[in-house]
Amino acid sequence: MAVRGTIVGIDSPEALEKALRAAYYLADEGLATAAYLSLALGKPLLLEGAPGVGKTEAAKAIAAVLGRKLIRLQCYEGIDASAALYEWNYPRQMLAIRQAGEESIDIYGEAFLIERPMLAALRAPDSAVLLIDEIDRADQEFEAFLLEFLSDFQISIPERGTLRAAEHPVVVLTSNRTRDLHEALRRRCVYHWIAYPTAECEARIVMMRASSVAEATARAVVAAVGKLRREPLSKAPGIAEAVDWAEAATLLHKGGARWPDAFKRSIGVALKDEEDLHYISPRLDALIAEAAA
Amino acid sequence: MSDELQLPRAARVFISFVALLRSNGFAVAPEQTTAFLAAIELLGPRSLEHIRQAGLATLAPPPERRATYDRLFDVHFRGSEAIERAEGEDEETVRLQEEGRGGDEPPLADEANESGLAAARAEALVERRFAQGATSDALRLLAREAPARLPRRRGHRRMRARRGPFADLRRTLRDSVRNDGEVLRLGRLRRRARPRKMLLLIDVSGSMKARTEENMKLAHALLQAAHGAEVFTFGTRLTRVTRALRLKRREQALNAAAHLVSDWDGGTRIGDALQAFLAVPRFGGYARGAAVVIVSDGLERGDVSTLRDAVAKLSRRAWRVSWLTPLATAAGFQPQTEALIAIQRFVDDLVDGGSSAAIVAHLLSLGTRRAA
Repeated sequence: MAVRGTIVGIDSPEALEKALRAAYYLADEGLATAAYLSLALGKPLLLEGAPGVGKTEAAKAIAAVLGRKLIRLQCYEGIDASAALYEWNYPRQMLAIRQAGEESIDIYGEAFLIERPMLAALRAPDSAVLLIDEIDRADQEFEAFLLEFLSDFQISIPERGTLRAAEHPVVVLTSNRTRDLHEALRRRCVYHWIAYPTAECEARIVMMRASSVAEATARAVVAAVGKLRREPLSKAPGIAEAVDWAEAATLLHKGGARWPDAFKRSIGVALKDEEDLHYISPRLDALIAEAAA
Repeated sequence: MSDELQLPRAARVFISFVALLRSNGFAVAPEQTTAFLAAIELLGPRSLEHIRQAGLATLAPPPERRATYDRLFDVHFRGSEAIERAEGEDEETVRLQEEGRGGDEPPLADEANESGLAAARAEALVERRFAQGATSDALRLLAREAPARLPRRRGHRRMRARRGPFADLRRTLRDSVRNDGEVLRLGRLRRRARPRKMLLLIDVSGSMKARTEENMKLAHALLQAAHGAEVFTFGTRLTRVTRALRLKRREQALNAAAHLVSDWDGGTRIGDALQAFLAVPRFGGYARGAAVVIVSDGLERGDVSTLRDAVAKLSRRAWRVSWLTPLATAAGFQPQTEALIAIQRFVDDLVDGGSSAAIVAHLLSLGTRRAA
């Protein structure tokens, strides 16, 4: 195991938390610890949590802290090596064969190789963070394939041989937990479950992300969103929705709308399901009044 | 060499914590133990909280067992008393009293259910005696026929084929190299079929008591045959039993499930149970594009409109919703209860669920049906 201890001057979870805050991301102790351990131990970081708790944002913030570029691989069903790893430029190869005529030509040269996110991260381990987003959307075949990559950080291209990373690249995986991931994958990673933040923390996030929002507004929105999350809705509002709602309400207020009304009229940015809206509407006034109190 | 194998005294307490976790059913691999020790060293550790966080990050206990992890941690490191708290109090169980609409209604005893069922019950009993012996046959049939007859859908992964809508450029290039770059034949790809998601929701309330054990056995058989399936039980709570029933040996699996479910033979609030199911994003996702099978008599204690809305929502998300009720023993069954009449237009099949043979027959017939 490649234990590094210090990465760009970060030698403890507390230091990482501070650096993340400077990158406009508020991490709790658990996340800071897990992220620090993943960097120090050279293991991938697996983040799970409900949609909209800031998993992808965490990866972006980590990349910003390390001063590296973020390479994102969005997973979907049927994603395979040619979309994740590398692909040959077949049309170009065919043209090259035709043009070469009688001369010999290496059609597996660099010019014909299309680099995909995982290969790109492997080739530049010290200047990139690889984000494998929503791994639960990919199928099990891809998960198995990923397992090999994440344990050895090497890729074999039959025509070119095996490529090995000079050092372990920083990898962040996220999952919405729409299905259970394979135990072997969890085992290889440092794991963290991101829960919804506390009201206090969420209010600070809202103010940090939307600078025009007043503190009272942020607190009211966070309280209302907290109540909405306890309702049996098909899509509970995430942190991004809370930020949007606070921003939208502030905008309406500046346009002349009165407070409770500004919240109520901008509910559409927080709840995006007709049935949820229909279900909550009879009690919306009371809920907002309670939250604003 | 032997000196190196000796564990430092300080490390023993951590190793024994891992052993404690393992004996409580947490899967911890040796490499995770190594990472755990390395993490503790990295963190200092300056407090017990550091050790707890290091364990959470490296030993990766599943979130729904987080409470158990914390308890074991306290017992091991803080020396607190082992207080037995119910295992079921975790994320996999949703208590309907809290989550449901109209939570003011108390869960009732099931006397009314029993009497309402009396006539149908007598009829069903006769049939059940017949079905009892046939149960194992039915489950064997399910295991044998499942791969071929459970519903399938077109996947997004492509495979080589003689003909198909996509060109296989990789193969075409390789072939053409053999012919000096001359493309003689274009390789083809087509989309591969994969098993469709299945979601089984089993009513374990008092009015279904006589069928519950058989239904759980059936759920186990289905999970063994179709690994992508998901199984929930509901009564006054909603419980995910998929993980327990994935165990291969039936008795072991049923025992594990019995420990999880705490509302056997209680009241029923089907509408609230389904609403609760849809409200957890992770659970609700299991229904998307799935073949949903609900095994319940539809004797609803709660509000019928809640049930109707929930089933309507489910039917919009699912590929096909089947409602199997022990009341529908005869062909051309017309529902009499208010709840079943309310949901009739939202379910695609309302058929017999009174015997394992009937349920298996329906499950196996799903493969030949189309989306509704």
